[in-house]
Amino acid sequence: MAIDLNAKVPSGPLAQKWDTHRFEMKLVNPANKRKYKVLVVGSGLAGASAAASLAELGYQVNCYCFQDSPRRAHSIAAQGGINAAKNYQNDGDSIWRLFYDTIKGGDFRAREANVYRLAQISVNIIDQCVAQGVPFAREYGGTLSNRSFGGAQVSRTFYARGQTGQQLLLGAYQALEKEIAKGTVRMFPRTEMLDLVVVDGRARGIVVRDLVTGAIDTHLADAVLLATGGYGNVFYLSTNAKGSNATAIWRAHKRGAAFANPCYTQIHPTCIPQSGEYQSKLTLMSESLRNDGRVWVPKAKGDTRAPDQIPDAERDYYLERKYPSYGNLSPRDIASRAAKEVCDEGRGVGPGGLGVYLDFRDAIQRVGKDKVEERYGNLFEMYQRITDEDPYRVPMRIYPAVHYTMGGLWVDYNLMSTIPGLFVLGEANFSDHGANRLGASALMQGLADGYFVIPYTLGDYLARSAGMAPVKADVPEVKATEAEVRAHNDRLLGIKGKRTVSSIHRELGKVMWDKCGMAREKSGLESALGSIPALREEFWRNVTVPGSGVELNQSLEHAGRTADFLELGELMCRDALHREESCGGHFRVEHQEAGEAKRDDARFCYVGAWEYTGAGKAPALVKEPLAFENVHLATRSYK
Amino acid sequence: MGGTGSGKPMNLTLHVWRQAGPGAAGAMRTYAATDVSPDMSFLEMLDVVNEGLVARGEPPIAFDHDCREGICGSCGMMINGQAHGPWKATTTCQLHMRAFSDGDEIVVEPWRAAPFPVIKDLVVDRAAFDRIIQAGGYVSVNTGNAVDGNAVPVPKTDADAAMDAAACIGCGACVAACPNGSASLFTAAKITHLGHLPQGQPERHRRALRMVTQMDLEHFGGCSLFGECQQACPKEISIDAISRMNRDFVVASVMQAEERQVAGAG
Ligand SMILES: Cc1cc2nc3c(=O)[nH]c(=O)nc-3n(C[C@H](O)[C@H](O)[C@H](O)COP(=O)(O)OP(=O)(O)OC[C@H]3O[C@@H](n4cnc5c(N)ncnc54)[C@H](O)[C@@H]3O)c2cc1C
Ligand code: FES
Repeated sequence: MAIDLNAKVPSGPLAQKWDTHRFEMKLVNPANKRKYKVLVVGSGLAGASAAASLAELGYQVNCYCFQDSPRRAHSIAAQGGINAAKNYQNDGDSIWRLFYDTIKGGDFRAREANVYRLAQISVNIIDQCVAQGVPFAREYGGTLSNRSFGGAQVSRTFYARGQTGQQLLLGAYQALEKEIAKGTVRMFPRTEMLDLVVVDGRARGIVVRDLVTGAIDTHLADAVLLATGGYGNVFYLSTNAKGSNATAIWRAHKRGAAFANPCYTQIHPTCIPQSGEYQSKLTLMSESLRNDGRVWVPKAKGDTRAPDQIPDAERDYYLERKYPSYGNLSPRDIASRAAKEVCDEGRGVGPGGLGVYLDFRDAIQRVGKDKVEERYGNLFEMYQRITDEDPYRVPMRIYPAVHYTMGGLWVDYNLMSTIPGLFVLGEANFSDHGANRLGASALMQGLADGYFVIPYTLGDYLARSAGMAPVKADVPEVKATEAEVRAHNDRLLGIKGKRTVSSIHRELGKVMWDKCGMAREKSGLESALGSIPALREEFWRNVTVPGSGVELNQSLEHAGRTADFLELGELMCRDALHREESCGGHFRVEHQEAGEAKRDDARFCYVGAWEYTGAGKAPALVKEPLAFENVHLATRSYK
Repeated sequence: MGGTGSGKPMNLTLHVWRQAGPGAAGAMRTYAATDVSPDMSFLEMLDVVNEGLVARGEPPIAFDHDCREGICGSCGMMINGQAHGPWKATTTCQLHMRAFSDGDEIVVEPWRAAPFPVIKDLVVDRAAFDRIIQAGGYVSVNTGNAVDGNAVPVPKTDADAAMDAAACIGCGACVAACPNGSASLFTAAKITHLGHLPQGQPERHRRALRMVTQMDLEHFGGCSLFGECQQACPKEISIDAISRMNRDFVVASVMQAEERQVAGAG
């Protein structure tokens, strides 16, 4: 039976949909809120903001994260900034323009109504964060500063030095800690969700493992929110934190939540290139650097001269040449592909020719070293620590790396998945970025979902579900789910084969990068659809997980996550194969025009959501058609 | 950036604290780290050692880590007696092996402080830090309560000073480095961050009072202004924050005493 993808977009004009909907949604009266229990899995921007806001309203909240403190969620690593349509710069920004830039940036593969709401809410986010004491950058007059990010011609990005994610997360974390102190939130750090409990078709709880003692337990509630972040680590090497994983969303998928657009992956153009086989992660150099850095490679193939020996006339500033109106601030998918192209032509620099220059020479000449240091000092230091090169003197070498996943669990306008009572927030859902996310928009979306959307839509769900019977811990669904989790862990511990988890995860990552990375092709995807199941078999036959399940066991944690990546990776390739067009981050070699992505709106103007149909069975594709009523479906051009 | 790495692979000897679980007896164990590239991070070096251990069926060395970019504050270990090792302003995950030379012996231990009990090997429990924040490290403003972001101008110097203190990653190096095991730099960093901003003023004194009290309740030691914390801090938080905290705390204590008197008189 195919699932129903009703997006529940409110009727009425675009600009009034959210207001109308807010008025029409049912409310839970304050005395009743106390009776509802909500589980928030994740303490990143989306999870922490949701947990704090819901607790403030009076709900009983449990919040979970796998790190030792909610403050360490992966959101902490975001560097560059957060967008908002404040138009403080008087440079022509507006809610409409942010909406339009985001829809266009996403290559017309996102839902109009969601994106418009995001742009509307963006302005409230900045206000809320300022009120919490987030130390945003300021001008001498005391007003908030802005910078520019890719895919926009206005300056609408708010930032706190190179640590915007850190400061926004600490704001949300502090709001969360304030509620924990009041007893309205119970925090479960070092706790991993391993399954979703579904009773009578509704999400009613989760099975968790205490990562210190290994104890497995079930927590029951009236609704479950997943804010567990993205799945970029399916590629092994990515800019994500080492622990970022797909387990929560993948296991929810296997319980019935449709997975939308899994193949939409963002490859970020400016990361530090890999230096060796032991490499454990890739480090992002913020997009903000492209405000002042110029990207180039030598015009000639195989030019091995030191960069300062190559005169300007022999350099190819290819982004400025190909995209004169956006230049170095072209969107990420375009900048990444352009880098790959010049490297494929043999014009790449550094070891293996897998790099391009990001050069600050001209900026230093124009504004001085001090100014450049003030803007990017911490990033330059990080670069130097990792590479042992001084970017004030030698241009940075950068290369694209996996950074963000636009795909995720399918949600309707209310952020509810196809399982009633299961809501999905932040990077874990698929909602707002279409086939490519613009810089500084993930932080905006995570906080919009958590502070300003879920407090309303969750209340509506609970009010409409009044009379839902409490679930008892001994109902068969609860017992069965917990038993399956235990069996899964025991199986992992029992294989005692010869290969480490990392070696298999790395191998999966290589297949994904080669076949489902920056450029995808039918033959490559088909070969991956053969090699991934084979690797999965190898994993279940030959992996070794030392230790036991009743202790802190990082190998077991990694094994469980890798097992899920081995399934998700296959679905990503399947999705990429079925989408016979190029759009945003999804570039099919067969579908291009003069080197640019070629969309096929007649056949693919839809969200592709996959339904799990059982182990070893092909998943079913369900489509949510996308209707563009307010913007004209145009070919994206940044020329 | 220091370091004497020559670009060539190195062979090192590690002495690592191994402890099976909370309360278990621990001991130093010796491991060879061979063929270490100077371009590896310290944690990547440990990854390679761990791969070897797992392949031999031995339990790998447990350590906390996540971002590996020096921002989440997860990682942290004493390396040759120094919190986060020899590089200034650098977390363990950002320390690179070019800081060492072929043949070096490296001693690796967990943070040592009573309020940070060892969970396993190099992993410690830092929940006390969260409880200090719970005591008052926030602005009590509920979602939806905010005025326009530009309604209250904040002088750039104040915003910058707030940001300097707000850069704390909560790793615990300050506690580990302090001879008294004091959490003063951590606590003061939050008090200073919020104290520099207009939004932080209404709760300024209550915050100082409650956070300092909590710090004591957690059995962190007192501050003797040794300054080791500032040296070890990967974010170079200045010890000046502690003087500021002490001032706020004294004012708050006086105010509280006065309030009690008034209440008593009434
Ligand atoms: C290096 C870097 C820089 C970035 N810079 C920017 C930027 O400048 N601007 C921008 O807009 N975006 C940026 N992004 C993207 C942005 O940071 C993320 O998309 C966003 O922070 C995700 O937030 P989140 O709340 O959805 O998830 P996360 O912050 O990833 O949080 C996930 C949470 O879920 C928990 N969790 C996960 N799985 C489980 C489980 N099974 N059980 C229990 N808990 C679990 C984790 O413990 C964590 O608390 C950047 C990303 C990276 C990698
Ligand atoms: S792992 Fe995040 S700071 Fe070191």
